[in-house]
Amino acid sequence: MGPAGEPIEAVFREERGRLPALLAARFGDLDLAEEVTAEALLAAVETWPRSGVPREPLAWLATTARRKALDRIRRDATLATKLATLHADADPARRAEPVPEHEHIPDDRLQLMFACCHPALDLDTQTGLTLRYIAGLSTAEIAQAFLVPPATMAQRLTRGKRKIQQSRIPFRVPGPDELEGRLGLVLHVVYLIFTEGYAATGHHDLVRCDLVDEAIRLARILHRLMPGEPRVTGLLALMLLTDARRQARVDGHGAAVSLEDQDRRLWDTSMIDEGARLTTQALRHHPPNSWSVQAAIAALHDEAPSAQDTDWRQMRLLYDELFAMTPTPVVALNRAITISWHEGPQAGLDHLEALADEPGLARQHHWHAARGHTLARLGRHTAAAKAYRRASELAQTPAEIAYLSSRAEEYTTSG
Amino acid sequence: MLLIMGFRKGEGMPQPPSSAAPSAEEFMQYQQQLGQAGVHVDSAVLHSFEDATQVQVSDAGERLVTNGPFAESREFLGGYQIIDVPDLDAALDWAARCPGAKYGRVEVRPLAEF
Repeated sequence: MGPAGEPIEAVFREERGRLPALLAARFGDLDLAEEVTAEALLAAVETWPRSGVPREPLAWLATTARRKALDRIRRDATLATKLATLHADADPARRAEPVPEHEHIPDDRLQLMFACCHPALDLDTQTGLTLRYIAGLSTAEIAQAFLVPPATMAQRLTRGKRKIQQSRIPFRVPGPDELEGRLGLVLHVVYLIFTEGYAATGHHDLVRCDLVDEAIRLARILHRLMPGEPRVTGLLALMLLTDARRQARVDGHGAAVSLEDQDRRLWDTSMIDEGARLTTQALRHHPPNSWSVQAAIAALHDEAPSAQDTDWRQMRLLYDELFAMTPTPVVALNRAITISWHEGPQAGLDHLEALADEPGLARQHHWHAARGHTLARLGRHTAAAKAYRRASELAQTPAEIAYLSSRAEEYTTSG
Repeated sequence: MLLIMGFRKGEGMPQPPSSAAPSAEEFMQYQQQLGQAGVHVDSAVLHSFEDATQVQVSDAGERLVTNGPFAESREFLGGYQIIDVPDLDAALDWAARCPGAKYGRVEVRPLAEF
C-alpha cells in the first residue's frame, strides 16, 4: 500500500487517458467506458483514504471499472446481446477473485487514438474526441480551446461517440496495408491541435496555449507506443523544436517577434537538444518523411546563432526536398523566404511574386509580410510599408497585428 | 448494408470515378466473392430508376402517385448488399471492392438492431 491520503489526482494524472482507452477497447463503448471510469475514480476517493493507495493504482481502477461495466451490462437488458462477447469476464466465478495487485495493464490508447481519428469521422470530431479521450480534457475545456459554445462541442462529441458505436468503428491499430494512411490522419490531428494552440500564443489566452502542451503530450504517448515509427518521432521533434522558441515569440508589449529578431537566449535549450536528438533519430530512416524534414528545418533554425549565421544553403536543400514531398503554397512561401536569404532579396522577391496568384496565399498575412520584409531589404520602403499594411489587415491575432502595424509604420516614416 | 448508388446523367450532376460502363460480370464476380467469404446475407439489384413510381400520402390520407424518379435527386439506388462483418473497417474493405464504388459510390450504413 502506498501512503494513505495521497491525492488521487497526483497518483493518476500521468495515466489519466489509459483507463477509458482500456475500457473502450474492451467493451467497444465510449459512453460506458467514460461512466465506469468516473465511478471507479469515485470508488477510489471513498476507499483509498481508509485503506491506503494500492500499490498498483491503475490495476485497481481498471479492475473496479471493469466490474462496474459488467454489472451495468448485466442490468441493462437491451444490451444483453453484448454479453456473448464478454468471454471469460462474464463468468461470475471470476468476480469473486481479489483485485490483482500486479496485473499487467495494457496501454490501449493507441487503439483508441486510431478509432478517434477514423476517416469516417470529420476532422473537428476527430480532434474533439482525441482531446476528450486521449488527452483527458473536459468538454468545456475543449469548447473553450476551439472557441465554440460548450453545447456545440458536447453535441459534436456525442455524435462522434454514437458514430463510433453504431457503425462499429474498431478500436484497433490498422494493419500494415492501411497503417500509412491512417497514421497520417492521427498525426494530422495532433499537429492541428498544436498549431491551433501555437497560433494563439500572445493571445493572453492560457487555455488555448495549453493545446501546445497537450499536442506534445499526445505525441509523446504516440512515440512511447510506436518508438520505431519515424513519422511520429519527426512530429514530436518538430513540435519540441518549434515550441522551444515560445518565450521569445512575443515581446513585453504582446507584439509578435519575427524569427530573425528573436532573442535566442530565451530559447529553451533542453527542448532544442531533445528535438535535435529525435530529428537525427527520425532521419535515419529512408526515405525521409515530411515531418522529419520539417523537424530538420526547425533544428537548423534553432541551432543557428542568428538569422544571418544560419546555414541557408542547407536550409534551401531541405525546403527543396520538402517541396518535392508536399508542394503546398505554404511550403512554397517558406521556400521563397529561404531563397531570399540564400540567393539574396531580389531572387526571393521573384519567387514570392510568382506565388501571387496562388489561391489562399494572397488572402493570408504571411505572404504579404514576407513581401514587405524582402522589399524593405531591397530598400523599397514605400512598397514595403504597403505590403506590411496589407498583412496587418489580414492578420488574426493581436500579437501579429501589433508587429505588422509597427513595421508598416516604420517604413512609412522612413520611406 | 452497402447501398450501391449511381449518378444521374446531365448538367451539373456528380461524376463517377470511372467513365467506363459497369459490366454485369464484375458484379457477378463480386457477388461470388461475398458468398465464398461467408459474409453475404442478402442482396438485390434494382431495375432502372426510370421505372420508379413515387407514392406520398397527405395528412388527409390522400394518395399521390407520380411516375418516374424523384425529380430532385442527383443519384439513384442501383442495388444493395447486406453483409455480416465484425466492424466498419471490414465493411469499408468490402465496399471498396464493390464495382459500384468505381461507377458511382457505395454508402455503408449499419443496420439498426431492435
